[in-house]
This record gives sequence, structure tokens and C-alpha cells, in this order.
Amino acid sequence: MTDNVLTYMTFFPLAGMIVVLMLPSDRHNLIRWVSALFTVPPLALGVWLYGHFNTATPGLQFVEKIPWIPAYNINYFVGIDGISISMVLLTALLSFLCIFASWGIDKGVKGYFALFLLLDTGMMGVFVALDFFLFYIFWELMLLPMYFLIGVWGGPRREYAAIKFFLYTLFGSVLMLLAILALYFASEPHTFDMTMLIAQSGKYGTQPLAIWPFNQWGWGFQHVVWMALFIGFAIKIPAFPFHTWLPDAHVEAPTAISVILAGVLLKMGTYGILRVNFPMLPQATADLAYYFLGVLGTWNIIYGALCAMAQKDLKKLVAYSSVSHMGYVMLGMATFTPQGISGAVLQMFNHGTITGMLFLLVGVIYDRAHHRDIEGFGGLAAIMPVYTGVTALAFFASMGLPGLSGFISEVLVLLGAWQKYPILSILGASGVVLTAGYFLWTIQRVYLGPINEKYKTLPEINGRELFTLIPLGIIVIALGVYPNAMLDLLRASLDQLNQIVIPHLS
Amino acid sequence: MDLRNFESLRFFYPEAILTGAILLLVLLDLVFKNKKSLGYVAIVGCLISLWATLELYGISGGWLFHRMIILDNFSLFFKVISLLAALLVIWMSLDCREIQQVHQGEYYTVLLTSALGMFFMASSSNLLMAYLSLELVSLTSYILTGLLPHNRRSTEAALKYLIYGGVSSGTMIYGMSWLFGMTGSLDYARIGAALLQGEVNHLSLFMAFVFILAGFGYKIVFAPFHMWSPDVYQGAPTPITAFLSVASNAAGLAIMIRFFFPALSRLGENENWLFLQGVEWPHFLLFLSMVTMTVGNLCALNQQNVKRMLAYSGIAHAGYLLMGLVVLNNDGLRAMLFYVVVYLIMNLGAFLVVMIVANATGREDIEGYRGLAWRGAAIPAVCMAIFLFSLTGLPPLAGFVGKFFLFAAVIKQGGMFVLLAVVAILNSVISLYYYAGIVKTMFFDFPQPGDPKVEMSANNSAILGVLSCLTILLGVYWGPIALYAEWSLRFFMR
Repeated sequence: MTDNVLTYMTFFPLAGMIVVLMLPSDRHNLIRWVSALFTVPPLALGVWLYGHFNTATPGLQFVEKIPWIPAYNINYFVGIDGISISMVLLTALLSFLCIFASWGIDKGVKGYFALFLLLDTGMMGVFVALDFFLFYIFWELMLLPMYFLIGVWGGPRREYAAIKFFLYTLFGSVLMLLAILALYFASEPHTFDMTMLIAQSGKYGTQPLAIWPFNQWGWGFQHVVWMALFIGFAIKIPAFPFHTWLPDAHVEAPTAISVILAGVLLKMGTYGILRVNFPMLPQATADLAYYFLGVLGTWNIIYGALCAMAQKDLKKLVAYSSVSHMGYVMLGMATFTPQGISGAVLQMFNHGTITGMLFLLVGVIYDRAHHRDIEGFGGLAAIMPVYTGVTALAFFASMGLPGLSGFISEVLVLLGAWQKYPILSILGASGVVLTAGYFLWTIQRVYLGPINEKYKTLPEINGRELFTLIPLGIIVIALGVYPNAMLDLLRASLDQLNQIVIPHLS
Repeated sequence: MDLRNFESLRFFYPEAILTGAILLLVLLDLVFKNKKSLGYVAIVGCLISLWATLELYGISGGWLFHRMIILDNFSLFFKVISLLAALLVIWMSLDCREIQQVHQGEYYTVLLTSALGMFFMASSSNLLMAYLSLELVSLTSYILTGLLPHNRRSTEAALKYLIYGGVSSGTMIYGMSWLFGMTGSLDYARIGAALLQGEVNHLSLFMAFVFILAGFGYKIVFAPFHMWSPDVYQGAPTPITAFLSVASNAAGLAIMIRFFFPALSRLGENENWLFLQGVEWPHFLLFLSMVTMTVGNLCALNQQNVKRMLAYSGIAHAGYLLMGLVVLNNDGLRAMLFYVVVYLIMNLGAFLVVMIVANATGREDIEGYRGLAWRGAAIPAVCMAIFLFSLTGLPPLAGFVGKFFLFAAVIKQGGMFVLLAVVAILNSVISLYYYAGIVKTMFFDFPQPGDPKVEMSANNSAILGVLSCLTILLGVYWGPIALYAEWSLRFFMR
């Protein structure tokens, strides 16, 4: 059984989807509990994985490889290493918690949970897939449930947000498809196996292509493929200027879907860059990382923070803060230092937990007041003290308060950046100040100050909502105090990844 | 193997059985009162013919009937496609409200005749035979389009089809006459040999081919010969639209591939087909493919009638199919044949749902699908979503695999063809917008009071189940079909 851990983790939710589809549509509670039941095994297996992960080796673990379509060298090839372990754990945890965050859905319950479980399979599959074709299938598999989940169960502008999300992401995906095919034909023998594509990375040409504008820029085959993949991943991160789908999608999606979107889906972009762009296309990474990861990441930090400061809608503010925090990940990746890249991957995990908490908290207040106007509240600390406490924890973690996990990852990123690009590091640090600015201002407007008479009788946060928040809160505090609990898992593989690219730096 | 008339009859069973079924239907129409049973007879006829076709596998290829038609794996593939399409369309028509208004005896007879014409289109190896089979399919298509009684749309569609088809066929036969004049023969192989001698004027050859392409282009619906298809698809009864979109498209492809490939080019090294003259075919076809895709997708964006939108999407898919032709090698052809199979399943499925909704509500516009998923018709809505997303090319559905093969064939060529791939993927993204528009109306909007409930008959449910399961299955496990497509590329050439 231990040999097939990853397959079980990936396909249990799919089995759950089939079971849910067979339940009667009106037994809402049955559907909810059955769905919850099917997300427990991946979580349990995730905990087991955490305990049994070998932190000393940088290579792949828990590998399974079964031939699928031999004619095209496509295999069912899954495995994890330091790059993906944190994401697998995050996905398992957030999927479980979001089932409980979705308890309030009362329309089309069966369809909602069936689509959610399908989404769960897709997400887990992306992080464990090591065959490029399989990776692509799982990547695209997520788009369909997301489209329906946002479009049917979302807010007032849900149709616009859903189709915008779908079109944007599909555009990135089809570019990725072309890059996948290009790499397939460039490898000898033709294969989709990521490990073999990485092994042959020396073969992908770096001489400038003869076509304008690539000859002007000195871009070779490797650079063009890197760019095609990068655009596909950058849309997901989301990197400026491909971020415009995010505020709409996040705001209109139901609470649990926003959590999944921000907590897991955004990480796939940066995960893809680490899994694909870095090892397979090292020369191109070395050449292009400063501009497209470093500078763009720093711009993400500052631009996201400034946009967040201008928002009047609480959920949109959190959405822009997501854009900003993903900028740290990009900056960390661009530095090629051990601190930078560890900080980046740790930030991916932390952002998942912290932003997950933030969206859940916004959901709490929206369920009660049915609006998210920042100016429309006031003095909630006196009305809902426990809720305010948890919110304060989440906001301070997002700001990077020492003692909480966000601080560790941001500091590591900035340390890494300082060694290579001091100016970007300074700008990134200023992003921390901006983040503190809008979060503290929000706390002041919403939670402190005179009590808004309209909301004097708002009910306190209830047990189910606390149940979704407390595990995330514990992880945020624990990793803030003892970050090695996660960093140990990442170190070996990430250092190896850096070593692949560093020789190509001029 | 070069057989004369009587000897060829041994290999002619599929066509013979189909002809027998046609004649039987004409007779039974006079006898039977329940016209629906004629449909069942037609289905049985198709099944027997299918069995006979499958029996012919394993026979080495050859010419039949004094080199008029060829028997090889390629022609057998398209015979199977035509029969499957006819079978599914007849099964669809059994419970279609539109069809219950027409003269059903004529309907089934002409439908089977059309299928018979497609048999000849796929196997013709003589210019005259190509023209005659094309005309047979066209004439039967005109009749089928205009069958709805007292329906202005249907009659107008048939008339437009007739005029357009007549002009295209006329242009084609004109081009064929030039070719005959230049090479002295109507037989493909002899034309190929004559062109190989190399004494032919390049410009006249190019003009002749362009004229002939007009005829093929009208059948396969690529730009700029596509103008008939939206009106015809909208006006014809829905099962016929489905049949035209899939079967006549496939047959047109067969005739075009057989004309351009074994007849007029040689198999070079690396499975590339070398065109006989130094005509810039790759660039010309590339341009044609890009224009077709783009025209189809852009025009579909604004459509309000689902059948019309699917017509424009069919034009776009013809553009994607043409990508396989552009690369001029076996990879491209294999991708095209695979796509034909997948397209058959997806498109028939989409039109089936259109028919189901039209049966219940009488509406074919997108607004009529409002809130379909919430009206007690979740299954047709879900299946429609599956078919539409498969048409877009999203994994893990069959349409993705088809597009994947086409893109692989194009990227493998590299060079300028990468531009074609980029245009194709952009078109895929554009197509998502209008396909998702229907899905949005079905799922995101809520039904108004007074919107009728949509129920399906047993027959329709069965076909829907089969097609949607196949769409999902082929998205994950397509090995056998790919192998079948590869196998069908064994042309008989001498």
C-alpha cells in the first residue's frame, strides 16, 4: 500500500465524486458528510507522507510508473520530491477544510460537491505528475470544475468572472501545450517523461533563432519554449500583467472556492516554473530569470500592495494581497540562492495557509452581513471578539510579523535577494511596509473604532467556522516558531535545483 | 489487382447490401403503415452492410470495375465512418419530431442513398467517378435539406445549397477537364504518371487544381467556399444537419486526400509526400487553413441560433482538419483520420442534444436553453457540456486528443508551421467563448416560468449515453482508434 500512496491521494476524491453523483439530490447532509469522508484519506495519507518523507535525498520518492500509451512514450508517472511535498500537503489540508467551509451551499448541493471533488483530484494530480502529458491533463482538468463552481455558485458578476478565468487560463494552457510538443520533438527518443526531458536539457538549442524578433533578443529555441511555458504559468501566479482575472474570480467565487483558488491554484504557476522551467531549460532560466521573475516579482509585490490599499471591498483587498505575496515567491526564485529558493517555496506554503485563513474570515463576515464594504463596518472587535482575534492573527501573519510563518518566508526571500539584487530586495522590503499599511488600516476601519449600530447583534463565529480556521492558525504559529518543520523537507531538492541553473549564470 | 466488372462484384457486397436496403425501403414504404418501422429496417440494412465491410478487411487492395474504384484500407475506413454516421443519424431520427412530419419512406431511402454515394466518394480512383459520387451525395443532400414541408427556412436552405453546390461542382468539373486535357487520362494513377513526365505547364496545373479544390472545398466547408453551410445547417432538419456535418464532411476529406495524395504525389522518405510539381502547396494550404479556422470561429461568436453556431464551428473544425493536410506527411493524415472519428462522435452528440431540446421546446436559439440544467434535464445539459468542451479541445475529452495529434503533426514539421499552430491555439481559445456561452446559458441562468420541461425518449437517451461515454473514454484511452487510423493509411497505389 505504501507504494501507491500518491495514486490513492489523487484518485480518492475522484471515487468520492462518483459516489456523490449516485446519492439522491435532496439528502444535502448526506452528500456533505460523504464528501468530507472522501477527503479524509488524502489528509491522513498526507500526514503519513510527512512522517515518512526522506529529507536527506534530493531525488524523487514514492515513485510509480505504469505505461499508459506506449506508442507515444506516455506513462502514468507520479512521484514527489522537496519541490512538491509542501504543495501536496497543502492541497490535502485545504481540500479537507474547504468541504466544511462549503457547508452553507444549499442549491445544487450534489453538483457542487461532485465538482469540488473532481477539482481536488485535478489539483493533487498536477503536483504529483512527472509525465508532461499527464501534468497537462491534470492542469486542464481543473479548469472545468472551476468554471462551473465560480459560475453557478458565485456572486453577482459570476458569469463574467468565470468566463474571464476560463479564457485567460486556457490561453496559457494552450501555449503550454505547444511548448510541451516542442520539447517532445526535441528530445531523443521522443518522450513526455519529465525526468528524461530534464536529463536531455543540454540538447535544447540556445543559439539565437534566425527569425525576427528572436534574433534581435538573442533568443534560442530554449528561450522561446521557456517563454511559452512562462506565460502559461505566469497567468496562474498571477504575475502582472496577467493578473486581471484574479480580482474578479476571487471576489465572485464562493468562500471555499476562493480559498482553494488562492491557496492552491495560484501555487501551480510557481510550482510549474520550478518543476519545468528551471531544470529543463536552465540556460534560458539563467538568462531570463532576472527580468521575468525578479523584476516582475518585485513589481507584483508593490503593485499588488498599492492596489490592495485602494480597495473598498474586503475580499478584493485580500485578492490583491495575494498578488502581492506571490511576488515574494517570484523574487525568491529569481535569486538562485539557498535562502531565496527555500523562502520562495516556504512562502508558497505559507501563503496558502495564511490567505486561506483570510478568505475564510471574509466569508464569515459576509455570511452574516451580506456585504463586504470595509467602510460599512466598525467596532466589530466589541461585537465578535473571538472572530477579531483570529482575524488579527491572520492579518499579522500576512504582514510578516515575526513569530508567525509569513515572517520566515519573507525574510528568507529578502535575504536571498539581498545577496544578488540589493535594489530588488529594498523594494521588496518596502512592500512589507505597504502591506502593513493596508492591513492595519483595515483593522482600524472594520474591527476597531465606534460600533456600527446596524451590526450590534451579529452572531459570534461558530464552531464549524472555527474548525476550518484553527488548524491553519496552528500551522501558521508553529511554522513561525519552528520553520524547520517544513524547511527540512524542501532543502535537499531545492539546493539541487539551484545547482542545475547556477552553472549557466554568466 | 485490376478486376473487371463481374469479378469485382465479389468485393462489392457492402454497396450491394446498401442498394438492396434502399430498394427494399422503397417497396416497404408502399406496404407499411407505421413509417417508424422503416427506420428500423434501414438500421438493419446499415448493420448488415457494416458487417460486410468489416469482412472485407484483410483483403489486399486493388482496383475494381476497370479501375473506377479502389478497394483498400483507406476506403474501408471511410465506408465504416459513413455507415456509423448513417446508423446513428437514423437512430436519432426515429424519435425526432421534425422527421415525423416528413415523408419518412423517402427520408430513409434518400439518406441511405447518400451514404452509398459516400462509399463511392471514398473509393473513387477516376475523375469521372469522383465527380459522379460527389454529385450523388450532393443531390441527395439537397433533397434531405428541403424535406420539411411548408417550412420556408428548409426550402430556402435547399435552394441555396443547390445553387451553391451546382456552381462548385461546375467549377470542379471544369478544372477536371483541364486536368484531363493536360494529361490525357481520367484515371488517378495515370494522371500521376503523366505529371511525373514533367511536361505540364505549372500555371495551368495550378489553376486546374484551384478549380478542383473549389468543388472539394465546398463539400468539406473550408473558406472561401463555406457560405452555404450556416443557412443549410439552420434550415435542414436536425438529424440531417448532423449527418451533413459529419458524414459528408468526412467523405469530402476522403475524396480530397485520395485525389491529392496517392494520385498526385509520391511517397518520399520519412513518410513525406512529395508533390509532383513545384507548386507552393504548403503555403497555399496553410493560408487556407488559417483563414478557414479564423472565419469559422469569429463568425460563430455572434450567433444566436445553436445550429448556425455549430455550422460555423464546423467550418472552424474543417480548418483544424486542414492542418493535417498542410504538413503533407503520414503524421498529418493519421491525425486527420483520428480527428474524423472523434469529430463524428462529438458533433453527432451536440446535434442530438439540439434535437432533444427542439423536440421538447421547439426552440433552436440559445435563449431556449436557458437554465436547462435546472429544468429536470440535467443529463442532456451535462452531456451537451461534455460535447461542447470536447469540441473546444479540453482534456480529458476526446476532442483534446484529436487536436493534440493535429498540433503534434504541425509542430513536428517546425519552421513556418509553428505559426499555424499558434493561430490554431488562439482559435481554440476563441472557440471556448462561444461554446461556453451555451454552457453558461444552460447552467448559470435560471429557467423562466413557462419554460417547458425537457424529456428524452428511450432511443435518444441510449444514443446520448453511448456518445457521451465514448467522448470521455476516448479522451483517456485512445490507443485502438489511433492504431486504426494508422492502419487505414495503407493506400493501394501502383
